[in-house]
Amino acid sequence: MAASNALLDPPDAATTDRRPAPVRRRRGVGLGVGLATTYLSLVVLIPLAAVAWRAGHGGAGGFWKAVTAPEAAAALRLTVVSGLIVALLNLVFGTLIAWVLVRDDFHGKRIVDVLIDLPFALPTIVAGLVLLALYGPSSPLGVHLAYARAGVVLALLFVTLPFVVRTVQPVLLELDQEMEEAAASLGAGKLTTFRRVVLPNLLPAMAAGTALAFARAISEFGSTVLISGNLPFKTQVASVHIFNQIEADNTTGAAAVSTVLLVVSLAVLLSLDVLQRWAAKRA
Amino acid sequence: MAIRVRNITKSFGTFAALTDVSVDIPTGSLTALLGPSGGGKSTLLRIIAGLEQPDGGMVEIAGEDSTSLPPQSRNVGFVFQHYAAFKHLSVRRNIAFGLEIRKRPKAEIRTRVDELLQLVHLEQFADRLPAQLSGGQRQRMALARALAVEPAVMLLDEPFGALDAQVRRELRDWLRRLHDEVHVTTVFVTHDQEEAMDVADEIVVINGGRIEQVGTPDELYDRPANDFVMSFLGPVTRLGDRAVRPHDLEVLTFPEAGCVAATVVRVVRLGFEVRVDALAEGREVWVQLTRAQAEHLRLAPGDDVWLRPAREAASAGVGEAV
Amino acid sequence: MPRFAASRTATRTGRSSRLALRVVALGYLALLLVLPVWLVAWRTFAGGVAPVWHSLTSPSTIHAFKVTGIVALCTVVANTVFGVGTALLLVRHEFPGKRALNALIDLPLAVSPVVVGLALILIYGRFEPVGGWLADHGVQMIFALPGMVMATVFISLPLVVREVVPVLTEIGTDQEQAAWTLGAGRIQTFRRITLPAIRWALAYGVVLTLARALGEYGAVAVVSGRLVGKTQTVTLLVEQRFQNFDQSGAYAASFALAAIAVVTLVVINLLRPKESEI
Repeated sequence: MAASNALLDPPDAATTDRRPAPVRRRRGVGLGVGLATTYLSLVVLIPLAAVAWRAGHGGAGGFWKAVTAPEAAAALRLTVVSGLIVALLNLVFGTLIAWVLVRDDFHGKRIVDVLIDLPFALPTIVAGLVLLALYGPSSPLGVHLAYARAGVVLALLFVTLPFVVRTVQPVLLELDQEMEEAAASLGAGKLTTFRRVVLPNLLPAMAAGTALAFARAISEFGSTVLISGNLPFKTQVASVHIFNQIEADNTTGAAAVSTVLLVVSLAVLLSLDVLQRWAAKRA
Repeated sequence: MAIRVRNITKSFGTFAALTDVSVDIPTGSLTALLGPSGGGKSTLLRIIAGLEQPDGGMVEIAGEDSTSLPPQSRNVGFVFQHYAAFKHLSVRRNIAFGLEIRKRPKAEIRTRVDELLQLVHLEQFADRLPAQLSGGQRQRMALARALAVEPAVMLLDEPFGALDAQVRRELRDWLRRLHDEVHVTTVFVTHDQEEAMDVADEIVVINGGRIEQVGTPDELYDRPANDFVMSFLGPVTRLGDRAVRPHDLEVLTFPEAGCVAATVVRVVRLGFEVRVDALAEGREVWVQLTRAQAEHLRLAPGDDVWLRPAREAASAGVGEAV
Repeated sequence: MPRFAASRTATRTGRSSRLALRVVALGYLALLLVLPVWLVAWRTFAGGVAPVWHSLTSPSTIHAFKVTGIVALCTVVANTVFGVGTALLLVRHEFPGKRALNALIDLPLAVSPVVVGLALILIYGRFEPVGGWLADHGVQMIFALPGMVMATVFISLPLVVREVVPVLTEIGTDQEQAAWTLGAGRIQTFRRITLPAIRWALAYGVVLTLARALGEYGAVAVVSGRLVGKTQTVTLLVEQRFQNFDQSGAYAASFALAAIAVVTLVVINLLRPKESEI
């Protein structure tokens, strides 16, 4: 799909006299929109719709059965609970790390800052392997988290590390330190200043990062596969359960659980969007 | 006639930016589109350039109906308020852009660019990036860039609006001299009446999407068509029900025919001028005097004076409206 | 915008509390990130470089790299074109449904990779209507490269768009309009003015997409059928070797991927400050 000529038409953009551009649909723009929508539909929308469709294959009853089947329910429970734990841990540690990266200074800080993005760049299966090496059966530290729920949490912590850090960091950077200086001059101690002056300004970013971390955590697959040992009812997360159902040709069951996951993810991201818009209006 | 605009109408949504606007721009002139912000002058300029499409009306450039032509084909040079410099290209490449698009031979481009660099005094900046130039230098580069392709008309959209006062004045003079040298039909948009009066041969006053008056600076100043033009082009005060220029008021220390009685409230010296605030028939009026006049009169707050407009005073409604 | 604020905190936060925070943060990162990765690097070369090299140059590994490379390349090309085009649409034009389009582009971020695989199987599998029609015309999607490309495209869809949009918004239309008045046509303007203006953001988005594509596991695991020697990517190779108790083989391939990831990281971070340079 080549960037069509139409996309580069001189738009009806407002002049420096700040007026809204008129909604005038030109043939060329229509073509561009059509192409983009087609691409999106073929790749994203139609396949996702197929999942929802297949989930209802056995009717509402079949859907409910698939989702509340012991293995599925356990997987979903584990997924959501782990997700919440991981989100909260990231909230605390992510903010802390962002704080240290912005406000502190030490040799090698730049390298540490670069490393934060490693979970983004590293394939998830490698992440799993890497964690297994240190915290699995052959751990030099003597810590055995493999085949246990703690292992799942560990894997999720790894892959969600950058989310809170990277959303909080820029906000901290932009934060006007004079506010804190003013608070100090008015007699506020460090902790009070943090609680009353810094934290309120960081909360939106923290919330955003946490929501993203949660959404990522419940969707995570690759890193949990190895370290969890995929034990049903114990360490099997929803995505692994779905995978097993696909392999077992139970696409309906897989689709049902998938739909639940999708709905939860979307709900989280949607409420995040709503929250951000509400916060923006208040600002 | 370099540019002829007929019955141009343009709306943005429900906002009517231009309503039935017609104007002629003579070839080789330096014309100002003057008016308050939001009045439509930038919109008109952009319509002439082809950067906006009118809802109705016609635009003719150098005798050719250009209404449906895209900006590429109109042979106009356009200079933007914020320079629109090609940030990734050197000054030389910026100026050469139009010529490169037209696939002129390299040698020709080089000669022409050198010429223009000399014209705008940017020779030693030829290989710098726009980010390394000051605002004034960037605008000079933008002018050279627009001139490079020898356009039929040059359109400047508040060209000095983003510059500070000193640079503005310098560039104003420089534009005037450039025009004297190059003689390209030039239209520029400004909301600064001093700038318009200083630089332009002819001024088109636009307000609320309509043309109020067209004329030379003197004509507009001395014979404004209406109250708006009068107050926009220069200072105005009211004596009775008449609008009159503060420096056109005669101050007498004794009553005479045609005078209005007033009481001096305040006398302020502002450099060369003296401003006298007075109360006439319960309403505030101010008078502008030279130092000499003020010294001669020796006014103090509380004094009684008598005011009348001088015989040759400008008055609204005398000039031709459009 | 520099990433590190000047240390004005020296006089404010007490030294001990600052140190404590630093220790906790670095300790957390060490235990979670640094030590595990370092351990794998150590273990990979425990037997020397030769076995690692041997493992990496084995036919199956080379084939896996080829598969990964092809899939990644196709994905990058497709999503770059889509990304730039859509960014231009979203920033420079108004049209009904624009907000919906904008929201939908972010949709892939909320979807689990396994669900992506399932979704594609349901449409493009051989026994589904669309997949069947394609199969009848000689195009196999599932258990073949096209499906893997599509899965990877899905996963990395928003990356280029989201990097280009803010830059396009910021540079505004002035430069493009200036180019028009100078006689440049639309394609010329795009090539000479718009593209150079977004090049760093675009490069950043491309690198992100490439990294994502190289590292994709879940979606391709479902869609590829994990056919060794046919649809096995390097990530699938790592998993297969591990399950086959070929730990050193798994480590070797992981190390290669990790090395690529680190290079990507460095490139990303080099490109990032340049975003503000435009």
